[in-house]
Amino acid sequence: MLNYTIRRLLFAIPTLLVISFIIFIILDLAPNDPTGNLPLTIPAEVRAQIRESLGLGQPFHIRYLKWLEQFFVNEPLNIFEQWFDVKIGDSANRLRVTSWMSRSPVVDLIVERMPQTLWVVGLSYVVGIIIALPIGVLSAYKQYSWFDQIGTFVSMVGFSVPTFFTGLLLIVIFSVQLGWLPSIYDTTLNVTDWSSFWMQIRQLIMPVMVLALFNAAQLSRFMRASMLDNLNQDYVRTARAKGMSEKVVILVHVLRNSLIPVVTVIALGVPQIFGGAIITEQIFRVNGLGQLLIIGIENADIPLVQTLTFIFAILIVLFNLIADIVYGMLDPRIRYD
Amino acid sequence: MTNSSITEIVSEPLHEHRSLWSDVWRQFRTHTGALVGMAVFAFIVFVVVFGPYIHDLDPQFLDIRNKNLSPSLAHPMGTDNLGRDMLAQVMAGGQVSMLVGVTAMLLSLILGALIGVIAGFFKILDGVLMRLTDLFLALPLLPLLLVIIMLFRDSLRSAFGPETGIFFLIVFVIGITSWMQTARIVRGEVLALKEQEFIIAAHSIGTRRHRIITRHILPNVLSPIMVSATLGIANAIITESALSFLGLGFPSDFPTWGRLLFDGKDFMQLTPSRVIWPGLAISLTVLSVNYIGDGLRDALDPRIRGR
Amino acid sequence: MKKLKIIMLAGVAGALMATAANASSDSMMKMRGMDGQLNIIYWQAASILNPYLSGGTKDTHAASMILEPLAKYDENGAMVASLAAEIPTIENGGVSSDLTSITWKLKKGVVWSDGSPFTAADVVFSGEYCMDPTGGCNSLANFNDVKSIEAVDDLTVKITFKVAKPFPYGPFVGATVPIIQREQFKDCMGAKAPTCTAQNFGPIGTGPFVVTEFKSNDVVVYAANDKYREEGKPAFATAIIKGGGEAAAAARSVLETGEFDYAWNLQVEPEILAQMAAAGKGTIVTSFGTSVERLMVQSTNVDPALGDKRGTVEGGPHPFLTDPAVREALSFAIDRQILVDAGYGKAGQVTCNVLPAPAIYASTANDSCKKQDVARANKVLDDAGWVRGSDGIRAKDGVRLSILYQTSTNGVRQGTQALSKHMWKAIGVETELRNISASVFFGGDQSSPDTFQKFFADIEMYTNNFDGTDPERYMGSWACNEIPKPSNQWIGNNMPRYCNAEYDALVAEMGKTASLEKRAALAMKMNDMLMQARVMIPLIHRGDVSAHANTLKGVRMNSWDSQLWNVADWTRAK
Repeated sequence: MLNYTIRRLLFAIPTLLVISFIIFIILDLAPNDPTGNLPLTIPAEVRAQIRESLGLGQPFHIRYLKWLEQFFVNEPLNIFEQWFDVKIGDSANRLRVTSWMSRSPVVDLIVERMPQTLWVVGLSYVVGIIIALPIGVLSAYKQYSWFDQIGTFVSMVGFSVPTFFTGLLLIVIFSVQLGWLPSIYDTTLNVTDWSSFWMQIRQLIMPVMVLALFNAAQLSRFMRASMLDNLNQDYVRTARAKGMSEKVVILVHVLRNSLIPVVTVIALGVPQIFGGAIITEQIFRVNGLGQLLIIGIENADIPLVQTLTFIFAILIVLFNLIADIVYGMLDPRIRYD
Repeated sequence: MTNSSITEIVSEPLHEHRSLWSDVWRQFRTHTGALVGMAVFAFIVFVVVFGPYIHDLDPQFLDIRNKNLSPSLAHPMGTDNLGRDMLAQVMAGGQVSMLVGVTAMLLSLILGALIGVIAGFFKILDGVLMRLTDLFLALPLLPLLLVIIMLFRDSLRSAFGPETGIFFLIVFVIGITSWMQTARIVRGEVLALKEQEFIIAAHSIGTRRHRIITRHILPNVLSPIMVSATLGIANAIITESALSFLGLGFPSDFPTWGRLLFDGKDFMQLTPSRVIWPGLAISLTVLSVNYIGDGLRDALDPRIRGR
Repeated sequence: MKKLKIIMLAGVAGALMATAANASSDSMMKMRGMDGQLNIIYWQAASILNPYLSGGTKDTHAASMILEPLAKYDENGAMVASLAAEIPTIENGGVSSDLTSITWKLKKGVVWSDGSPFTAADVVFSGEYCMDPTGGCNSLANFNDVKSIEAVDDLTVKITFKVAKPFPYGPFVGATVPIIQREQFKDCMGAKAPTCTAQNFGPIGTGPFVVTEFKSNDVVVYAANDKYREEGKPAFATAIIKGGGEAAAAARSVLETGEFDYAWNLQVEPEILAQMAAAGKGTIVTSFGTSVERLMVQSTNVDPALGDKRGTVEGGPHPFLTDPAVREALSFAIDRQILVDAGYGKAGQVTCNVLPAPAIYASTANDSCKKQDVARANKVLDDAGWVRGSDGIRAKDGVRLSILYQTSTNGVRQGTQALSKHMWKAIGVETELRNISASVFFGGDQSSPDTFQKFFADIEMYTNNFDGTDPERYMGSWACNEIPKPSNQWIGNNMPRYCNAEYDALVAEMGKTASLEKRAALAMKMNDMLMQARVMIPLIHRGDVSAHANTLKGVRMNSWDSQLWNVADWTRAK
C-alpha cells in the first residue's frame, strides 16, 4: 500500500503538469477578454494598452512558463518567508501570481475567501453527509416503507429543483415575509462573543441548508442503492445464520461494504467544497471561492482562473488517491500491487 | 474438457437471451413504484408530444396586452411578462428538456460505465484512464464551453440549422463533462467485484473477458449506474438552463424547463404559476425516472429475479 | 423587522452605531458621524479602489467616496468645483483664448486623510501616473492631446494641449480621473502599478470617507474622514459597499427586507421593481444620461463563405440591409413604447436619436419613429418589391428577409429581442436570435467571431454613451476611419461600417469649433444625418435606476458622474 501511494504521488506530478498546461490552453483559447466588462466609453486604443500592460502581448509559451515559475517557485518562497520571517533572495521584486481584475496576489485573494467558503460550503457538506448516510441506510433497510418513500421523494425533489430556485424561495419566506434571517451574508463579521456567534449561525442557516439538501439528496441515493445491493448478498445471510445480532450485521458487515461507492462520491465531492458553490454563493452573497472563480471567468482573469482551477486539480488528484486508499482499507480484497 | 459443457450453458445464444428479458419484464411488473413511474413518465411524454396539438397556442407568440396573467381557461398556467402562454411554453420546453435530459444522460452514462469498467478491469489501463478522469474533473467548465461554442457553433449551425445544431452541441457538452463521477464509482465497484469468487471462477473456466464483463460485471454494477442515470437526467436539464442563461445554449426565445424556471424565479411572488409548473415538471420527470431505475435494477439483479 | 435591522447593523458597526443612531435628531445641526452606518449594495463588487487601474463603473463609484477630482458633474451634467476653487472658463481667464491650455486654481487648505497638505504637485503626479504608457491606465482617453501638466505654484496647475481643445475638461473632471496622493503612489509608476496592492486597495484621498477594510470583489468598509474639509460632513460614521449577487436581489435588500440603504443599477423588469417598492421601505430613483439602446444595422456582407473578407467593406454590400426601404420598415415596425414598458419602465424613454442628451444637442427632426406604423412599414416594403412568400416571409430576387439578431446576455435584452422578433414577423421579416456572454461580446478578442466589432450578424443591439457632456468624440465614432477591419485589429466604433465624406467633413469641423451653439448645431446635424440614413435604429433612451431606503435623505441621482458623487451630503431621517 505504501509503495502504491508513493508511486501514485510521483505519477501525480506529470499528471498535474499536463492538466495545468491543458487548462492554460483552454483559458487562452477562450474568447472572453479582460477588458470586456469595462464601460464602452473607454476607447479601443486604451483597451489595447491595458491588455499590453497585463502581459497579453507576450507569446503563449512565455506566459505559461512565467505562470509556472510564479506558482511553483515564487509563491512557495513567499509563503516560506512569511512563515519563518526570513528573506530569501530579492523577495521585493519577485513577481507573484497577480490577478488582472484586482491587481493583487491571487493567493491572498484565495486566503481571504477561505473562511466563508469553509463555513458555508464545508459545513453544508458535513451536514449533508450527516443527514444522508442514516437516511440512505434506513431507507434501504426498510425498503418501500413510508420512511423510504418520503425519503426518496424529498431527496429527488431536493436534487431536481435547482438551488437558484430553492435559495430564492427561502429568502422570500424567511427574509422578506417573516423577517427572521438576513438575506445577505456578512463576510466582515468576526465571531468574538455569543451574540456575534448567534449572528453567524443566523446568516449560515439558509445557505447551508440549501446546499446540504442538494448534497444529501445525491449521497442518500447512492447510499441506499449500495445498501440494497449488499443486503441481498450471501454473506449477509451467512452472518444472520451464524446468529449475529441484526445491529452487527447491518452496521458492521453491510455498512462497511456498502460504503465503497459512497466513499468515491464523498471523496469526489470534497474538492468541490474548494470550488465553492457558485449559484448559492451568488444568491446569499457569500462571496467565497465559487464567486471568485465565476467573476474571474467573466472578466477573463487568466492568472486567477488558472491558479484557482489548478489548486482545484491538485485537490482532485489528491482526493482520488485518498479514495483509492480508503477502498483498500474498506475492502481487503482490493489489491493494487 | 469438462468445462466445455458449462461454458455452453452459460453462453447459449438466442434462446436464453429472450427468456432473460422476459424474466426481467416479469420481475419489473411486480414493482409497483416502477410501474407508477413508468406511467407518469409516459404521461409526461404524451402531454409534451401531443399536448401542443390540443392546446395549440404558439409558445413564442407574444401578446403584450395579456402579460402576467393568472391561470384562466384560455391560459391554464397563466402568461409570462411578455404575454406568452405558459402551458404552451411548458409543453414546448418539455420536448427539448426531456430530449436533452435523456440523451445527455445516456451519453454520459455510456461513457462513464465504459471507462469505469475498462479502468477497473484492465489494470494496465487503470492509471491512464483515471488520470484522464482527473483531468476532466479539473477542467474549468465555463471557459471550456466558450471554446467549444466558438469552435463548433458556426459549422454546426450551417450543417443542422440553429436549433438542431445547438442541440447536438449541448448534448455533447453535457455528456462529456458529466461522466467522471459514474466512471469513478463503477471502477471502484469493479475493483471490488473482480476479486470475488464468481469472477475468479468464470476466469478459471476460460470465459472470455468481454463475456465476463457483460454477463457478470455489468449486472452487478447496475445500481450505482441507475442512480447516476436518475441524477444525470436532473443534472442535464438544469445544466442546460445554466447554459442558456450564460448565452451558450439555445436561442433565448426557445423555451426549456430549466430556462422557464430561471426566467420565472423573480416573478415568484407576482405570478407563482411561472415557477410552480416548470419546477413540478422537472421534479416529476426525475422522480419517475428514479422509480423506473429502481424497478430496472431489481429486475436485472440476478439475486432478486426469480425469487 | 426594525429589530432585525438594528441587530444587523450592530453586527457590522458595533455598539457605536446603535448609540449614535439613537442620539441623532432632526432639529439639531448634523454633526460628522451622527447617523451611524450607511449600507450600500452594488451587485457587482468592487475589485480595486484605484480607478486608473480599473475603469469598471463599480470600482469608480466605490473609489469616488475616497478620491476626488478637480471638478465633478452634478445631476444636471453641469460641472461643479470639488478640489478646484472654481471652474476655469474663457470668460474668467482659466482657459486660454486659443483653447490650447487650461489653468486650474485649487481650493486652499485641503488636506489628505493622512493630514498632509494637498498641492498642485499631486495633480501633476496623477497626470503623469495615468499617462505612463506602461501602466495600462484606464482613463488615458481623458488625457488625449495633453502636451504637459505643470504646477505653476502650490495651488495652480496648468494643462497645455498639443491642439486647440474646444472642450478642455478631459483631465481631472469626473470620477474616472481623480487626484491620487503623490507621496503614496510615487513608487507605483508604470509597470510597477499593479504590484502596489496596498496602495491600490487603500488609496489615501481627500473625500468624505477613508477605507478601513477592503475585501476585493466582496466588500469595502469605510469610516468618515475626520480631516474632510466640510464641517459636519459626512453624516455617517461608517459605510459599507457590499457586492455580489444580481440586480433583483440587490433591489430586494433595499425595497423589501430593508437590510441596505442604497442599491445601484437595478435593471430588473419594471413590474418586479414596482411590486417590491409596494412594500413601502424604499424609493426607486432614475436619472438620464446619454445612454441609448440602439440597433446597429450591418451594411457589409457577413456570409461565412467570405472567409477573411467577412464583415468588411471589401466583402461587398449586405444582400438586403443596404436597401433603405428595409431599414425604414424595420424601424417603423417596432413599437418602442412596448419595449420600454416591458423591460425598462421608468428607466427608459422612447427615442429616435442616437444623441438624445444633453438637451441642447437633442434633435426633434426624427420623432416620427416614436409611434409604431406597421402599415407604413408594409407599404415601404411592398413598394420596394419585397413580396411575401408562402411562409409569410418577404423575398426579392431569391433573397429572403431573414435576420440574425445578436446582443449580449441580459434578461431585459432578451425580452427586447423577443418583442422585436414578434414585431418584425408582422411585416414579413424572419429573425433568429442570438445572445452572447457580455465578456465575449464586448471583449474584442481577436480570435472570437462573436465580438460586437466583428459584428458577424445582420443586426446587433447594445447601449453606448459618452463620458461627461461633450459629444465630439462620440459623434466621431461613425467616421470612415472608425470602421473596424482586420487591418486595424477590428478596433473602431463604426460598427455599421457607415462611410460618408460629408459626415467626415462635419466631424472635422466640430474639432475646430469652439462656440457651444455652433457645436450643438453641428452635433444635431450629424445625428440627423445618421438617423435619416438609418445607420442605426435607436430604440430607448436609457436611464440609470437605483433605489434608496426611505430613511436615506440627500440622494441626487446622477448619470454624468459617480452615483455616490454627493455621498458627503447624505443623511438619515428619523
